[in-house]
This record gives sequence, C-alpha cells and structure tokens, in this order.
Amino acid sequence: MSQHESTYKPGSRLEHWMDERLPLMRMMHGQFVDFPTPRNLNYLWTFGGILTFCLVVQIVTGIVLAMHYIPHAEMAFDSVEKIRRDVNYGWLIRNVHAVGASMFFFAVYIHMARGLYYGSYKAPREVLWILGVLLFLLMMATGFLGYTLPWGQMSFWGVTVITNLFSSLDSIIPGLGTKIVQWLWGGYSVSTVTLNRFFSLHYLLPFVIVGVVALHIWALHVVGQNNPTGLDIKTANDSVPMAPHAVAKDIFGLGVFVILFAWFVFFANPLVTPPHIVPEWYFLPFYAILRAIPSKLGGVIAMFSAILILVFIPWLDTSRVRSARYRPIFKWCLWFFFFSVLALGYLGGKPAEGVYVAWAQFFTVYYFAFFLLIMPIVGVMETPSAMPRSIAESVLGGSGRPTGAAAAPAKH
Amino acid sequence: MAAHTDDGTRRDFLVVAANAFAAVGGAAVLWPLIQQMNPDASTQALASIEVDVSPIKEGQAITVMWRGKPVFIRHRTADEITQAAAVDPNQLPDKSARNDALPEKAPASDANRTKAGKAQWLVMVGICTHLGCIPKGQGLSDIKGDYNGWFCVCHGSSYDTAGRIRRGPAPRNLDVPAYDFLSDTMIKIG
Repeated sequence: MSQHESTYKPGSRLEHWMDERLPLMRMMHGQFVDFPTPRNLNYLWTFGGILTFCLVVQIVTGIVLAMHYIPHAEMAFDSVEKIRRDVNYGWLIRNVHAVGASMFFFAVYIHMARGLYYGSYKAPREVLWILGVLLFLLMMATGFLGYTLPWGQMSFWGVTVITNLFSSLDSIIPGLGTKIVQWLWGGYSVSTVTLNRFFSLHYLLPFVIVGVVALHIWALHVVGQNNPTGLDIKTANDSVPMAPHAVAKDIFGLGVFVILFAWFVFFANPLVTPPHIVPEWYFLPFYAILRAIPSKLGGVIAMFSAILILVFIPWLDTSRVRSARYRPIFKWCLWFFFFSVLALGYLGGKPAEGVYVAWAQFFTVYYFAFFLLIMPIVGVMETPSAMPRSIAESVLGGSGRPTGAAAAPAKH
Repeated sequence: MAAHTDDGTRRDFLVVAANAFAAVGGAAVLWPLIQQMNPDASTQALASIEVDVSPIKEGQAITVMWRGKPVFIRHRTADEITQAAAVDPNQLPDKSARNDALPEKAPASDANRTKAGKAQWLVMVGICTHLGCIPKGQGLSDIKGDYNGWFCVCHGSSYDTAGRIRRGPAPRNLDVPAYDFLSDTMIKIG
C-alpha cells in the first residue's frame, strides 16, 4: 500500500486489543479515511464507488432471485413470471437486477472512458488497468449468462448465436469448434443442461469479480489515484484526505446515479422486444465489429481483439503526457474514438445489410487504427500544450484549463 | 563443497519430480471436471428417428426434431432439382458436399447432397452454419432468399435449392445428416 504515516488512534480497549491482533481498522482508516487523494478530482472519479455499489446491488438482488428461480427449460420462464407477479416485491427485485445490469455497464463505460481520457492506463497504473480489462470481461461473461436465464425467445437465440461463435474454430482444425460447442451445451443443441450450467456460472462469476475488484482497489492504493491533470502527487499540498473530501463527492455522485437508476426501475420499460435478434445494448459495439468482418472466424477474432487490445494500450501509447487535456491532437482523435464506439453501438442494433455494414466496417477500422496507429504515432509527433507544474497549481493558480494553466507559472 | 553441490542437485531433482507429480495429479483431477460437461449418456442415446414422408406433397417441406436440432425434409419440384443440378460445384463458396455419408472431399454437386434415385428428397440439418439460427424457407409463404432455397434472417445468408450456401456470412453448406430410406416413403435419420 502507498506509504503514508498511519494516523489511526484506537479509542476503546476493544479497539486496542483488536489492533494488536488484526489491524483491520488501521488498514481501513489508512486506505479509506486519510488516504491521500488528489485535490482536483472531478465527478468522473466517483464512478469507482458507483461500480462497487452496482456490484453489491447485483449480488444482493441476485441471491434473492436465485431463491425463486428454477433453472429448467420448461419452468425457467414461468418462474421468472412468478417472481414478477406473485413473489412479494419480486417485481421490484427483478427490475432492480435487470436494470442494474444496464446501469452497471453504463457506469463501467464511463469509468473506462475516463481512464482513456486522463491516461489512467499509463505507468505506473498498467496492472491496475489490466485488472480493469479483466473485470470488464468478467462482467460481459456474467451479463451474457444472466441474460439467458429467463429462457425467452431472445435469450434462447442469444445463447445459440454466442456459443456458436466457437464453432468458427472449425475452420482452423475441422471438428474442434463443434466439439467445443457441444461441450459448452452438454448436448447437440441448447437445452436444460445448458441452462443449468449457465445458472451455476452466473452465480459464481460475481464472486470472482469481487476478488478481482479487491485486487483492483489494492493496485489503485499502491500507485495512488490519477487525476484530471495526470500529474503525480508531489507535495502534501497536492492532496487532501479521502474522508471527508472525496467521500462526500462520491456520496453525492452516487446519489445522482441512484436517482437515475430508480427512474429506470420504476418508470422505464426495458422489455420492448426488438424486431430482430440483437444482444443487450451494452454488447452492441462489439456485435457490430463481429458482423463487420465478412468471414466467420475473422469476425470472432476481431470482436475478441477489440477487447483484448485494451490490455496492451499502456505500451501502445507512446506519449509521456497522461491527460488528454494537454494533448491537442490526441484529444480529438480520442473524441472521435468515443463517437466511433457509440456509432458501432447504433449499427450493432441495425440489421446487417447494405449501408449499415459499410459504416460498421469504417468505424471498425478506426477503432483498431486508434489503438494501433494513432496511439503510437501521435504520442511521438504531438507537442503537448503547456501544463501546470503541480496539481495544487492547477486548482489554486488558475481555472485548471490549459490556458489558465499556461498563465499560471507567471504568478510563482 | 562437492557434497554441497550434490545436495543441490538432489534437491533440484526432488523439486522437479514433486512438481511434475503434482502437475500429473492436477491434470487427473481436472479431467473428470471437464469431461462432465460433455453430452451425457441419455443425450447420446437419443440417436435416431424414423420419419414417414408420404404426406409431403411436391413443393412442400416439413421440419422434424433430431438430437434437439431441426431437420428440414423438402420434397423438391422438378424445377428446383434442375436449378440445383445446373450449378457447377467448383463455383460455390463451399465446395464440399457436407454429407455425413460421403467423404469430406466429395464435391457439392446436387447428386452428392441427395440419395441416388431419390433426387426429389432433400434432407438436411436446418441450422444456419453461420451462428446457428434456423433459416426461413420451409413454409410456402416464407422468404426463400435470392437462390429460391432458404434465407437466414439473422445475418442474411442465402442457401440454394440444394441447401448450399450461395451468399452471406455462413461458411458452409447446410449439413446433410446420415440417413437411409427404409422404404420408398420411410426414412431413418441418424
């Protein structure tokens, strides 16, 4: 953990007794109360806490739903209907769980975009970032498995289409892909057997996520938080204790998030059946990439590469400046990247024909070009704009914007 | 010193041997845990079905379930057979017959997708070879795609009147399962 003097003072005799045996309170105090936090964090930094909240909500509601759900091809759909109609508050718990999955992905995409914009993936935060990519993959697996459980038309075809992605391996070693698909299904088609194992794994993976989240937070607290300037904490003046400053901000951010969450739970109807087979919205950008490639194996490789490439960006980005705020060329390339991901999301929900495919191909090319060409090349070419000398200066010596920051040194 | 070096070598050997033993043991424990996910005995037992095709009129098609999969049985018209037979197999996206009764290299001619003397009957697994949707084209009013056979609405694959992929992302022709005519109107699949 990052080095700072412990200010924990055990009060009662029990706390003294415990502190000498297992200094849990001392660790919590050091990591979550007087942990040095950059003083310039904006609301984008509240999404870590929001995501932890989402994970807890999904686990609590999920455990409750598992008490009423039956993983059987002929009973699953009815048991979900029973939860909605008959179980006391079942409608609420099920809605929170279903909406919670979407809110979880909404928050994680903002969290990732923040990391990209402010260069949170760069040294020394590579391991922190890679753990984050792993969490994203685990979330996608859990989300997909959970989506199959109601066993309606969409979830049935969802399983069929996604598990069949592995059959593309047949074009490398004939028969291998089919073997893997039958192994995943436990039969020659998607059946009760498949549903049962998906339920088992859907229950397991969130706890794996909890473990990786613990590592993610540990890694964060070793290297410390990034901040909008991307500068390191150099003096005590650059930081504030986490409580109450960052904690208060986290709680306010979470409050706003929960209001949005509740609005979807109570007022929005997520059960609008689309006219053709599409995955949940949070998979659509990757689904668009899958369909943009006119070969089956190629599409599958492109889709998985689109996620796995994130692992390598700490080394693909050659710039020594972390925050895009001070990178005039990269900033616009990044905004266009964000636009491309949104565009792919839109195209993934459209039928795979005509102009939709052509545009999906264009944005897919940009998606990969951003990481493989723009990140290495722009990092070398670009002249960063003037930066503040410290976090404190960015807050106290100007507006915090590049122009203000450029003017700031004159005051010193 | 010599004895010390000997000790080191012996210890190295013991460490390597112990690790190798643990790895083999680990693999032996893992195997049943992986194998349990494969199709179980009761699933494998439902191997074959018999279908009476006499009620299917020319131009009609039925779908039967076999091993949990839909099997298309189409009574093709003379026109459809002519169309399918007229295609040069070498011009097809997938040149293999994909017929379980024939070797992998058999060309995708219409004759290799049907039984000799029974060219009007086309029997195949009705699962799109792209991502496993069920193509349209069984019903008389279904869209049949650009090649008058089957059309997968999921990602737009078109199959011809012999169930061969002609356009779209699907990589292979529809699979022809192993089947036999028990009589003129009775077939056994599997």
